[in-house]
Amino acid sequence: MTAPLLRLKNVHKSFGPKKILQGLDFDVAPGKSLVIIGGSGTGKSVSLKCSLGLMTLDEGNIYFDGHEMRANKRSEREAMLARTGMLFQGAALFDSLPVWQNVAFRLIHSEGVSRKEAKERAIETLKKVRLGTEVADLYPAELSGGMQKRVGLARAIAAKPDLIFFDEPTTGLDPITADAINDLIVEQVKGLGAASVSITHDMPSARKIGDEIAMLFDGKIIWRGKAEDVDHSGNEYVDQFVHGRADGPIQPAI
Amino acid sequence: MNPEIPFFLKPLQWVGAALLGLLSETGRLAAFIGRVKISAVSFPLYFGEIVRQCIKIGYYSLPVVGLTAVFIGAALALNIYVGGSRFNAEQFLPNIVVLGITRELGPVIAGLMLAGRVSAGIAAEIGTMKVTEQIDALDTLSTSPYRYLYAPRLWAAIITLPILVFVADVIGVAGGYLVATGTLDFNGDLYIRNTMNYVTGGDIFGGLIKAAVFGAIVSLMGCYHGQNSEGGASGVGRAATLAVVSSAVLIFFSNFLLTTLFTRIGL
Ligand SMILES: Nc1ncnc2c1ncn2[C@@H]1O[C@H](COP(=O)(O)OP(=O)(O)OP(=O)(O)O)[C@@H](O)[C@H]1O
Ligand SMILES: [Mg+2]
Repeated sequence: MTAPLLRLKNVHKSFGPKKILQGLDFDVAPGKSLVIIGGSGTGKSVSLKCSLGLMTLDEGNIYFDGHEMRANKRSEREAMLARTGMLFQGAALFDSLPVWQNVAFRLIHSEGVSRKEAKERAIETLKKVRLGTEVADLYPAELSGGMQKRVGLARAIAAKPDLIFFDEPTTGLDPITADAINDLIVEQVKGLGAASVSITHDMPSARKIGDEIAMLFDGKIIWRGKAEDVDHSGNEYVDQFVHGRADGPIQPAI
Repeated sequence: MNPEIPFFLKPLQWVGAALLGLLSETGRLAAFIGRVKISAVSFPLYFGEIVRQCIKIGYYSLPVVGLTAVFIGAALALNIYVGGSRFNAEQFLPNIVVLGITRELGPVIAGLMLAGRVSAGIAAEIGTMKVTEQIDALDTLSTSPYRYLYAPRLWAAIITLPILVFVADVIGVAGGYLVATGTLDFNGDLYIRNTMNYVTGGDIFGGLIKAAVFGAIVSLMGCYHGQNSEGGASGVGRAATLAVVSSAVLIFFSNFLLTTLFTRIGL
């Protein structure tokens, strides 16, 4: 067993009276890919934001590469962020900057790479997500949703991270583009040898991206197993989710 | 749960809640301002961003500040002429115009125009970045929004507002000059000589100090309400409104405090 790169232990998070995470535990080994599935509003995005330190925990611990992350230990978090990439649910590109500066943001602003070299590396990274040089000087608002997701992906991988978070990389895309994004994710993550944590409620995407799949329900991981086992998990919650049935132990959100 | 309280005590509860809300808001604001100030004087400083913001905040505000200044100067001259002629003191028109513009109207008018133009713009921009998770994205890319977004805006406003106010002073006095020589039969050379001989460095300097303070208010309010916004487009709209209203009120308030201070120390 290799030591996990990222580990969440007994994480709790509430917003006022609303309890979202209630004892969340999971870990990812270096180079492995974990997909977290779960219904809308179950706290999938919140768990990523907690992992990245964008939200404070009410309770619990987060370890990156063996180091515990704490609000008062800035340098540890900096060290984690330097080795981490994140693709946001809505891409979250900086709309005041052209595409290439979005992709090269970390290189320019925290790694001190010269602008000329940063641009070359940005264009190289854009090529990896199948975007041509002509896109580099466009602004995010001039791109389609699928292109924005690809730029977001390029930004997440540009600095060659060891851990990448993907928050619903394929939602809102047509099935063909979604599949292309899945392929890109698999190709790039494997290419970098990075670990990844992806969130999705898109089962084809989960099967394709994940080495392992975990299901979040009621603020906890209720099932975790190999991606190929998800169809015969023996867990009625997972079964209901995988087959998208309205009747079963999970009550639809509406 | 709140214990049931008698209906006649409810208003007390509301007052208490409002007061607590105000106190915690003040605390959050103070903490925010403290962090921006520390970021504004610690490395890395984003000089490129500061220059960009100077252009956006300062240069693009020139037309609106210039236009308001020329009209205010002109109207001021007319009013002072009317008032002055009631006790045969209309020859002091140039002196009073330049005093009114440099000490009070130049900074306050420019500050208010920027409260509308710049504070709302900053709040909307930062607010949109907040609700579209761009601020979170910035953070995950190891860049502090305090350093990259807020501090450059603070610097730019503190640097450019005094320059804008100086321009407004000149244009405002020119507005008074145009009215005085054009419609009130003042002699142009005499008008300029009276103005120049009368105004002191202290008058102008005091106005520029006010301008720097107003610049800080306008940018900080824009950033604060922007990064506080929540809940999509309506939240961003609310942030812009709050930024304008709070900057305007704070400008008037601090203008009063600074004027009091300047008159005490004889500036
Ligand atoms: N900043 C916040 N303040 C208050 N409540 C929040 C906040 N962020 C998230 N929540 C609440 O936490 C719950 C989980 O949100 P989250 O965004 O993690 O859902 P999700 O699992 O990612 O859903 P989706 O699949 O729709 O993206 C929601 O009920 C949401 O209302
Ligand atoms: Mg989500």
